[in-house]
Amino acid sequence: MSKQKGVSQGIDTTVVWLYAILVLIGILCIFMVEYRNDGHWLQSFLNGKTSYSKQLFYAGICVVLATFILLTDSKLFTAFANLFYAFGILLMLSTFILGKNINGSKSWIPLFGGFNLQPVEICKIFTALALAKFLSRQETDFSKLRSQIIAGIITLLPAVISIIQHEAGMALVYFCFFLVMFREGLPPTILIIGFSFVALIISTLLIEPDTLAIILTVSAIITVYLLRKQFKRSKGLLTLIIFIWAACVGIQRFAVPFIFNNVLECYQSARVYSAFGKDYDCSQNKRSAKKSDKTPKKPDDYNVRQSKIAIGSGGLLGRGFLKGTQTRGKYVPAQSTDFVFTSLGEAFGFVGCVVFLLIYLVFLFRVIQIAERQRSTFSRVYAYSVVSIILFHIAFNICMTIGLFPSPGVTLPLISYGGSSMVSFTILIFILLRLDADRQMVLR
Amino acid sequence: MSVFNQSRSRIIQIIISAVFLIITLQLINLQLFSSKYKLAAENNAIYRKIIYPDRGIIFDRSRKPLLENIISYDLVVTPSEAKTTDTLSLCALLNIDTVEYKKRMREAVFKNTSVKPSIFEPLLSTEMFARLSENMYKFPGFALSERSVRSYPYNVAAQLLGYIAEVDTTFLRKHKDEGYEMGDYAGMNGLERTYEKVLMGQRGIKRFIRDNKSRIQGPYENGMFDTAAIAGRNLFTSIDVEVQQLAEKLLQNKIGSAVAINPQTGGIIAMVSSPTYNPNVLTGNARRKNWGRMVMDTAKPMYNRAIKGQYPPGSTFKPLGALVALDEGLITPSYGVGCGGGYAGCGSTYVRCEHKNPGHAANLRLALANSCNSYFSDVFRKAIDNRQYGNATKGYLKWKEYMNAFGLGRRLDVDLPSEDKASIPDSSSYNKTYGRNRWNSCNILTLGIGQDRMTATPLQLANLMCIIANKGYYYAPHFVDSIEREEPADKEMLKKYRSKHVVTHISDSAYKAVHDGMHDVTVYGTASAINIPGIEYCAKTGTAQNPHGKNHSLFVAFAPRNNPRIAVAVVVENGGYGSVAAGPIAGFIMEKYLNDTISSSGLPEIERVAKLNLIPAAIKQWYYRKDSILAAKLAEEEAAAKLEAATEANNKASTEAQLELNAKPVSSNDTTPKLKPKPPILLPEEQRKKAKGGKP
Repeated sequence: MSKQKGVSQGIDTTVVWLYAILVLIGILCIFMVEYRNDGHWLQSFLNGKTSYSKQLFYAGICVVLATFILLTDSKLFTAFANLFYAFGILLMLSTFILGKNINGSKSWIPLFGGFNLQPVEICKIFTALALAKFLSRQETDFSKLRSQIIAGIITLLPAVISIIQHEAGMALVYFCFFLVMFREGLPPTILIIGFSFVALIISTLLIEPDTLAIILTVSAIITVYLLRKQFKRSKGLLTLIIFIWAACVGIQRFAVPFIFNNVLECYQSARVYSAFGKDYDCSQNKRSAKKSDKTPKKPDDYNVRQSKIAIGSGGLLGRGFLKGTQTRGKYVPAQSTDFVFTSLGEAFGFVGCVVFLLIYLVFLFRVIQIAERQRSTFSRVYAYSVVSIILFHIAFNICMTIGLFPSPGVTLPLISYGGSSMVSFTILIFILLRLDADRQMVLR
Repeated sequence: MSVFNQSRSRIIQIIISAVFLIITLQLINLQLFSSKYKLAAENNAIYRKIIYPDRGIIFDRSRKPLLENIISYDLVVTPSEAKTTDTLSLCALLNIDTVEYKKRMREAVFKNTSVKPSIFEPLLSTEMFARLSENMYKFPGFALSERSVRSYPYNVAAQLLGYIAEVDTTFLRKHKDEGYEMGDYAGMNGLERTYEKVLMGQRGIKRFIRDNKSRIQGPYENGMFDTAAIAGRNLFTSIDVEVQQLAEKLLQNKIGSAVAINPQTGGIIAMVSSPTYNPNVLTGNARRKNWGRMVMDTAKPMYNRAIKGQYPPGSTFKPLGALVALDEGLITPSYGVGCGGGYAGCGSTYVRCEHKNPGHAANLRLALANSCNSYFSDVFRKAIDNRQYGNATKGYLKWKEYMNAFGLGRRLDVDLPSEDKASIPDSSSYNKTYGRNRWNSCNILTLGIGQDRMTATPLQLANLMCIIANKGYYYAPHFVDSIEREEPADKEMLKKYRSKHVVTHISDSAYKAVHDGMHDVTVYGTASAINIPGIEYCAKTGTAQNPHGKNHSLFVAFAPRNNPRIAVAVVVENGGYGSVAAGPIAGFIMEKYLNDTISSSGLPEIERVAKLNLIPAAIKQWYYRKDSILAAKLAEEEAAAKLEAATEANNKASTEAQLELNAKPVSSNDTTPKLKPKPPILLPEEQRKKAKGGKP
């Protein structure tokens, strides 16, 4: 991909190299998953029937696409950002009509030649562009609540649609834009409240309800005691503490069980519970009970268990290239897509994993560096969007494979098998490179 | 604004680092500190196939195999792969119904999970194997797996060889660290049990990689960790299969036992316990059919009377009584008593003697030859009342010491499991009955003629003969002379059979006197009717009183007189005089062993002895009753069938009877009459005791 040097001046080669390395690692990982010991691996690399040869083909498409993007003018993206966004939303909505059911989610649009497109993947780019466009408007004052709400709506609209399509994992990724908004001046309270809420849910799952209620009450009382002298100055403080305490206990006692029993499907609740090492009793689940008369079957955490076994069996140095028994025996389901990290962890062990993570980390930090050197708000917001999207994908995906997070079905950027994911990340990254190359241009 | 928020870039970097740190920590936890995942991965992916080695073969002294291995086939099933099997045709082939099929499948899943192969039908008959292997393509998930099964070409020595059977949970619990697994076979009795470790060999393990559906992908690491199966090692025993065959033939239709030992080595030449059974009925598929019947049989064909039967030695004890007195210097070979038909030295306890003529106990030689009760009662009293020891209790204890030294009342450590030590009672036993120090030689007088509370197993009697034949030493009786490719552990195990045990230091002259007496027994004494052509031998008859019925017939002997090569003990329950039942049997055993053949004049005699039926009436009654019950059952069935179709009924009854006949032991020396289902009637306690072995 060194030819891009000639195509355009100012392209950040570090990112291009890291991109290329990640794509190659991805193909290697898929090769490890699909490899059969029959001596024809080179042939099957070229015949287009195996996943890794398909991925190689996608990589070729991506090169063309990337070149094409780099040849365009960066003004194109600023100008058409809103249009793209509208198109993306339309595409997502069209799945309700055109959608093809793959693995229980109707979020795919069948394309020519047996390829399928998942609009929710592409829509992330458009959302990033739209958010960048909105925040970079002269008239937007992001310190105002109204702007913040509009930005929130822009980012969460695709999330809502994908939740309706039973793609809860993808919806979670859209929350990454709050990180971008935080960088652009969103009050940190929102992030803090968000984190506290997640922490509260997790502790609800881990700790007995009564014990947790006592802990919350005790910490409230201690806070009141410590702040007792300040109550005279501001009377609202006491009310606030009591309110927070009541909200926490309320959430912990009523809201969380309600969400798990009435909002989420049985399998989703079970996944969340199993990520924290708990069993979820599906008979409590109202939604699953409503849908079918059969008693809801208790799903087991086979995927995650096998995934943990695969990674754990890698040890320090791994079991060697193509020697992982978990991978060769196909014990991990969806190993070329969602659980692709397991083949790496098994074959190359802890050292391999750390090196791999470092590549990602360097990549992310490099993009942050790029973001901070932008003169235009648009480019900066977009760059941060890239960082956030990729970070969330990595975090969700790897945490899922190592059993820290329920499996939401999020791909590992540039590694997981799949055209949609690969193409959308390529577009995402190369638009950034295009914008970065033009950073010397006038402020937008 | 952007300047203000510049610092937040740092925060975002920190957040990113934190996320990566958490991931790394969990990776450390999974990959570096949890060993269980590696194990879990191996359990997942590595399929260990056990390669069963052939068990070792047991040979007799001339290297004839007493048992061999033949190949048999099991039908094994992997339930998860058998979903598309043509169930109906399989059931038709195996002659089972679908209910049974489902039951076996459930059992297989329960025992071995649905992805591991488990046995569906063990040990197929050759015909069944042929039919199945033609049709295997119809039954995915099923496979025929090879296994070697024991077979016994000579149909002898069932109780000695023992049998092998699938290990059960109790066995696994007992032998936890010996590497047995469910489905393994292990020796359960006899030599198979004692030498299990030698015979079993070493299982080989082949490792394969399998995928998530349990399909084999290929060898694991190119077979680097595979171990080859090491065949079990062979045993070379001292058994002489022809002598064993003859002895089993002679003892058929009787309850009793015979043991022949080579006194020069301690190697057991033959050991028979009658009734016995054909060892082939407990191998392979036949075992299931016959096991229950054998266990329930009132004559206990599986009970090895040679090491477990406890008989009063009777007169066969007398040579030992003489030796004790000679050693203690209480008598000389020329010591004699005047016996007028009984021993009256104890007043109320009068011991009758078979002889009245004066001078029949004029010296030791004569007394032994005539088996004079008075003489040995007198000698026994001398030993107990020996002044040297102070009182009767102490004298008795000294006497007991002699007995134990001669191998009575203790285990001889023969290489068969569950050997009995019989009984030389402790003084406490008499203390209990008579009170401490309130008993004297008169109370226990009949010990002197091998009665009272003293018992011995036929093996102990044979061993006693070895000691006397060797003039004071013996090798612990054993079957296995050597083991193929002997290892230090084997040498350690066989060491006790290869070291000479010297019994006290009784002088040769004392032994000579006893030898002379025992030789006279065969010349003009109680055994004068039993001759071995061309060989002088020494013997002693015994007729042990049995309060439950007819006397037991005993006979002990060794031959030739000089440089003895065989020592024999024979016990025939309810056989009467020693020379009548037990004597001829012992004679033929010695003749066969020493001359390698039986003289032509002996052949009809062998047939006569073999046909001599000495089974007690109670046991005959038991079989008779079982037969009649079965006959009644058959008749009933026949009548029921007749109602349906007269012609068919006949066929059915006859085939059923035929089947039952096939199921019974094939052994020629099996005394048990045919056609025996489970016994519906229990015998009264006393009758059963009698059947057991007639403890007086």
